[in-house]
Amino acid sequence: MNLWLIPLFPLIGCLLNGLLGKRLSKPVINLIATGSVAASFLYVVFVLSNLYPLNTVHAEHYFTWIQSGFLNIGFDFVVDRLTAVMLLVVTGVGLLIHIYALGYMDHEGGYYRFFSYLNLFMFFMLILVLGANLLVVFVGWEGVGLCSYLLVGFYFQEKFAGDAANKAFIVNRVGDFGFSLAIFLTAIAFKTLDFGKIATAAAAMPVEATVGSLTAITLLLFLGATGKSAQLPLYVWLPDAMAGPTPVSALIHAATMVTAGVYMIARLSFLYDHTPVAMHVVAIIGLLTAVFAATIGVTQNDIKKVFAYSTVSQLGYMFLGLGVGAYSAGVFHLMTHAFFKALLFLGAGSVIHGLGGEQDLRHMGGLRKVMPVTFLTLGIASLAISGFPGFAGFFSKDAILTAAYEHAPWMFWVGAITAGITAFYVFRAFCLAFFGKYRGHHHPHESPLVMTGPLMILAVLSLIGGFINVPAWLAPMFPLAAHESSTPMMISAACGIIGIVIAVYLYVIQPALAESLKTSAGPLYTLISNKYYVDEIYSAFIVKPLEGISRTVLWKGVDEALIDKGMVTGFARVFQGWGTILRRLQSGSIRNYATWILAGSLLVIFVLGLFGGTR
Amino acid sequence: MDTILFLIFAIIAVACAFNLVLQKHPISSALSLIGVMSSLAVLYLLLGAEFIAMAQMIVYGGAVMVLFIFVIMLLNAESEKSSGKSWFAQIAGFPLLCALVAMFVFLIRVALPPMRDVHFGDWVGGTAEAIGMLLFTKYLLPFEVISILILVAILGAVVLARKEID
Amino acid sequence: MAHVPVSWYLTLSAILFGIGVAGFIYRKSIITVFMSIELMLNAVNLSFVAFSYELHRIDGHIYSFFVMVVAAAEAAVGLAIILTVFKNRGTLQIDEVDSMKL
Repeated sequence: MNLWLIPLFPLIGCLLNGLLGKRLSKPVINLIATGSVAASFLYVVFVLSNLYPLNTVHAEHYFTWIQSGFLNIGFDFVVDRLTAVMLLVVTGVGLLIHIYALGYMDHEGGYYRFFSYLNLFMFFMLILVLGANLLVVFVGWEGVGLCSYLLVGFYFQEKFAGDAANKAFIVNRVGDFGFSLAIFLTAIAFKTLDFGKIATAAAAMPVEATVGSLTAITLLLFLGATGKSAQLPLYVWLPDAMAGPTPVSALIHAATMVTAGVYMIARLSFLYDHTPVAMHVVAIIGLLTAVFAATIGVTQNDIKKVFAYSTVSQLGYMFLGLGVGAYSAGVFHLMTHAFFKALLFLGAGSVIHGLGGEQDLRHMGGLRKVMPVTFLTLGIASLAISGFPGFAGFFSKDAILTAAYEHAPWMFWVGAITAGITAFYVFRAFCLAFFGKYRGHHHPHESPLVMTGPLMILAVLSLIGGFINVPAWLAPMFPLAAHESSTPMMISAACGIIGIVIAVYLYVIQPALAESLKTSAGPLYTLISNKYYVDEIYSAFIVKPLEGISRTVLWKGVDEALIDKGMVTGFARVFQGWGTILRRLQSGSIRNYATWILAGSLLVIFVLGLFGGTR
Repeated sequence: MDTILFLIFAIIAVACAFNLVLQKHPISSALSLIGVMSSLAVLYLLLGAEFIAMAQMIVYGGAVMVLFIFVIMLLNAESEKSSGKSWFAQIAGFPLLCALVAMFVFLIRVALPPMRDVHFGDWVGGTAEAIGMLLFTKYLLPFEVISILILVAILGAVVLARKEID
Repeated sequence: MAHVPVSWYLTLSAILFGIGVAGFIYRKSIITVFMSIELMLNAVNLSFVAFSYELHRIDGHIYSFFVMVVAAAEAAVGLAIILTVFKNRGTLQIDEVDSMKL
């Protein structure tokens, strides 16, 4: 089972397109890019069908990477049931998005570069998913961060794109700092970074009731997850990352990279089970993020920003699920979210493409007649995300909320209300785009089949995806809990439906009411629509002081004054000074020379006399 | 007797030496130098070094000093003028000098083993025969080298001092 | 004080040497400086002969002889150099001949 082939195909595609892409024609580039991902997907299917039913873990060791003292880290891949889910999601959804991007990026410059980066991203993501120890996962972790930077900053001639790419990478870095510290602590505590060995070692440890070394590890890992998966407080990069092309937003910031944090916590569930404090933190932050982002999503006018905050909010749900112990529910939601969020983004991309680049909801409207396929598929996606009974999101979100209810009822109520808000803002966007009168100046048209094809496939998955019983599949790893009643399920579904109804009412039937509500909300509305001024607070308290210190202390103080003037120039000046002094010795005056000779000989005689002569 | 002789000629030597240093005109200095050399020759005789005393008078007094006086008169050397260029020599020279002499005297008094007294006539080892014996057996090589040195010096002097061929 | 110890001769030698050094340092005319050098050499000669008497060996006389020869050769060449310097610079003050400096 050569698992290394799975990431190898996208890597080959990346290298071929990256190095030779300038000379290749577009069909060849297309073939290489999508062909490599398709090969990867098919190989994944082949491997999984061979390894079915995966009752044991399948590991492959390639070479010893680091051997130092007690630390032995190999480059290993492992496949178990959790990996299987992730592999299928990453390669499957990735393949669909690659096909979509063929149509979306058709008229853009830097065509081969885009697909090279996209394949590179697949390579790193697959390494992350397949990694059998923390260090290999970290390689993939960093790599996807890099690709995120490259792809968000794809339109690098625009300043806001470059800034957004920088922001994504730097904020990720803060999270990676936590991840690194966690790796160090794990190495010290467990003397190994291998997941299997840590699991067996952790099973023998007691549950930490208060903060201990295990809690430190899990909290630091969660810090890394907040960076990568855009939770409070490190979520600020995700909305700005919408500066990249829409397929990037779909692939990286909806379906795969942002789920890396969720995957990592699920992978290390055996550690989290021993640290209830950390689990509590995870759940609370997940819940807070879900509410926070949902409220902001209500006020946004850019369609991609609405979906960006929606991603942050849904990721909060996943972390809520993980935090209350329902790991399989969180992973289940990860999968369904990949389907309908990718569909939402791709559909939004279709709309933007059809409108020639327009992204503002206020300049859209009445598109359902012009773009029927997009309308239908986006509708399915919106219903899925709202938790409409029967669609994919319903089952996964319900699993999470039920688990939350059994853990702490107040979490359930907050989550249910957030579900309502989610439904509301998604349908707000939907209605504003597709109903009413067209408020823009372009000529909207439907997208080509290469783009609507993946939309349709994803729509089917959003419909039936909920029936893929992921929790049952993952039961050997994450034991299922029995549910007492189905009341939570019904309440959350009801909240979703109420949200849909309100949105339809406000934006289709009585649009003027929405406007008046907005003005009457006044300062509250301004606060929320400015994203609670979080970016401004960060800028004032963190970015600007840091910049100031770097400029005055480190740059002018240390670099210029100390190193340049002090050490380099100063060093030369010392010698110059000595030279100036010693130069006076060569005065050309014979009498001075004679005096020096006298002094020297006096010294020699003195020393000789002191040490008893020449004998 | 030895003491008186020694004292007389020692004082003459020192006086001439001072005179050499303190006179303004080089000719006077040259004549003082001749005085020093002569008294030194006598002191050599007191020490039983007859050959060296003669050599001193002949070579130094008769050849070297004559050469000096020739050059002084040829160049029409004048009295000195002072300039402020070598201030270091003038300032640091005196202490160093005193230190030097003091050190020598100290070494002579303290570091050397007790020495014999000089009696004129006690030892007349410095005959020409004795020196000749030593010179041509034990010190043959330095003797030959010195001959070459003189040859080179003559050549050098001739080359340096002749007129250019126009 | 009927006898003179050899150390007196050595002291005299030291004094003469010191005076020679003084002349070397303080006089400005090249010729006078040269003569001070000759004085120094003579002082050293006296020292050699005195030690030779002390040890009753003639080797000191030989060294003294060699010093004399070298001093003569040096005087010849040195005076020739002085002539050349005078021809080129027109001056006999050593303070004026200081162009070899940094």
